[in-house]
Amino acid sequence: MALLDIRNLTVAFQTGNGMFTAVDRVSVSLSEGEVVSIVGESGSGKSVAMLAMMGLLPWTARVTADRMEFDGKDLLAMGSGEKRRIIGREITMIFQEPMSSLNPCFTVGFQLTEALKTHLRMGRKERRERAVELLNQVGIPEPVKRLSVFPHQLSGGMSQRVMIAMAIACNPRLLIADEPTTALDVTIQAQILDLLLKLQQDNDMALVLITHDMGVVAETAKRVMVHYAGQQVEHQEIGGLFANPHHPYTAALLAALPERAASKKLPSIAGVVPGQFDRPTGCLFSPRCRFVTDLCRSSEPPPAPAELGSALCHYPLDDGVPLNHPDGKEAV
Amino acid sequence: MFIYVLKKIGVIIPTFLGVTLVAFIFIRLLPGDPVLLMAGERGMTEERHARMMAEFGFDKPILVQYGLYLNQLAHGDFGTSIITRKPVLQEFMTLFPATVELSLCAIILAVLLGLPAGMIAAVKRGSFFDHTVMTGALTGYSMPIFWWGLLLIIFFSGILGWTPVSGRISLLYYFEPVTGLMLVDSLLSGQDGAFWSAIRHLILPTVVLATIPLAVIARQTRSAMLEVLGEDYIRTARAKGLSPIRVTGLHALRNALIPVITVVGLQVGVLFAGAILTETIFSWPGIGKWMVDSIFRRDYPSVQGGLLLIAAIVMIVNLLVDLLYALINPRIRHTE
Repeated sequence: MALLDIRNLTVAFQTGNGMFTAVDRVSVSLSEGEVVSIVGESGSGKSVAMLAMMGLLPWTARVTADRMEFDGKDLLAMGSGEKRRIIGREITMIFQEPMSSLNPCFTVGFQLTEALKTHLRMGRKERRERAVELLNQVGIPEPVKRLSVFPHQLSGGMSQRVMIAMAIACNPRLLIADEPTTALDVTIQAQILDLLLKLQQDNDMALVLITHDMGVVAETAKRVMVHYAGQQVEHQEIGGLFANPHHPYTAALLAALPERAASKKLPSIAGVVPGQFDRPTGCLFSPRCRFVTDLCRSSEPPPAPAELGSALCHYPLDDGVPLNHPDGKEAV
Repeated sequence: MFIYVLKKIGVIIPTFLGVTLVAFIFIRLLPGDPVLLMAGERGMTEERHARMMAEFGFDKPILVQYGLYLNQLAHGDFGTSIITRKPVLQEFMTLFPATVELSLCAIILAVLLGLPAGMIAAVKRGSFFDHTVMTGALTGYSMPIFWWGLLLIIFFSGILGWTPVSGRISLLYYFEPVTGLMLVDSLLSGQDGAFWSAIRHLILPTVVLATIPLAVIARQTRSAMLEVLGEDYIRTARAKGLSPIRVTGLHALRNALIPVITVVGLQVGVLFAGAILTETIFSWPGIGKWMVDSIFRRDYPSVQGGLLLIAAIVMIVNLLVDLLYALINPRIRHTE
């Protein structure tokens, strides 16, 4: 049985100009101890999907799904009290901005032990010991001293380590890391990723890594989901994704990686992700796709078979060749 | 932290000197001759007038008068009232507890009501409660104190007869002041009904004086809370599975309190100013009423001394607020 099973999750926001669909029929499933990555540009709804699952979206969000289960328990039907026993204990999350994600008014120790007190009802001494152990685990030197330190006295990397320590405090079964390295220096990024993967293996917890960095994906995940404009456009094993991307968007993303560039000029994807007001009919990627046809502009593509990465495309690519394409266009 | 306190005290000294200068000059800009005012209807001879001017030092150049005044202050002498001939400090200290009692009750009422009202309004943003609180706050803030006080007196004292019109306690009770705070003294006196009488006398002035601070605190709390509730660390707190009460009441409130405390501190200053009106309406024998009376009598030393003492108290309160601020906000406490 899957640890996390989400089918057709849709998140819409009530805005001044009507509803805006930020996440459109996205499915995520994940088994115990698995590492999955969700990639996409800013605004592709990758964080919103996970925040919706955690119940952390503002009240203006409308969350619907055919199924949303964690360990066989229905997260949609659950009351908020019952959900809070899972959130923060079995499912935890770390965020993009470690510096602003810690409360400036409380010490590291206080924030670190809060979940232990709430979920595990640990005593004061026990909590303190566990906090020191956690700070050791995430590689913070002089852990005892750090307990009484305030967040503004920590660097970004240190703050993210504290966030990770907080997240693994109750030995969760699933950790969601929402762009955990985006706000950090490049040298620190690798350290934090290594730390996350080490903790994932040591504690045998499942990890969802949300990122826009293909390099991060390549180093960490076994399975990748590519999001575009709120939709999941492709879903593949990591090896297959890099060797044989099935959606033109994935192919274009990979082609834009500097290390893969064939010529001196780095290829880019023209245009931007559609927003609330310029949402195209048909395929959402059609205005930016180089294989676009009239069919793409008029009708929404059905998902391709699983062996083609469930690509949301009328002409899924195979080895760079769009299948059944009227022009018989070849990859460049 | 120690350096922070020293710095704050360092700012107070020049401010206090500035206040002495302003108080000294402004009171002398007022038209009217204090000696003639003392004489009243009878008038006095030129010779006697000159002698009295010399006696109080009003004949000397203004700068010399100021120098003499500073010298007096340095020796803890705030002057002598030219009407009652009593030391200003002594008069002030006799009346001050009445003002403290009133202001303290008012600020406590304002915080007790304003803080939760602002918090709930922020959490339930856009709700009926939110609109009611914000409309009420705007009304309270815009109302002239004098009119509002009279309105309450007419309704509660005049029509309903629930509360007394003026004074601190019913004339039926008499006891020697111990602390000067009527609520405490009436309890200490052990006289039947004295405490209840003191409370009934306190209710209306407290409500009137608390109105503006209450409105300001409620509005400030709401806006501070709204800002804080959108912060990343609130999302972190919720992601931990903490209860909504813990998230808003601890994680958000602690941060929202930082601007609110500043406002409460400033309001204490406003209270001393507001107390002048409130005390006058309710014949409350505090320093506000005493100051107004002194101004009408051209009692230079009393006005000057009273102004200084009030300024000093406001500054001390602000110092305490700054310290409280540092206690709540670790980013201030830990600046090296």
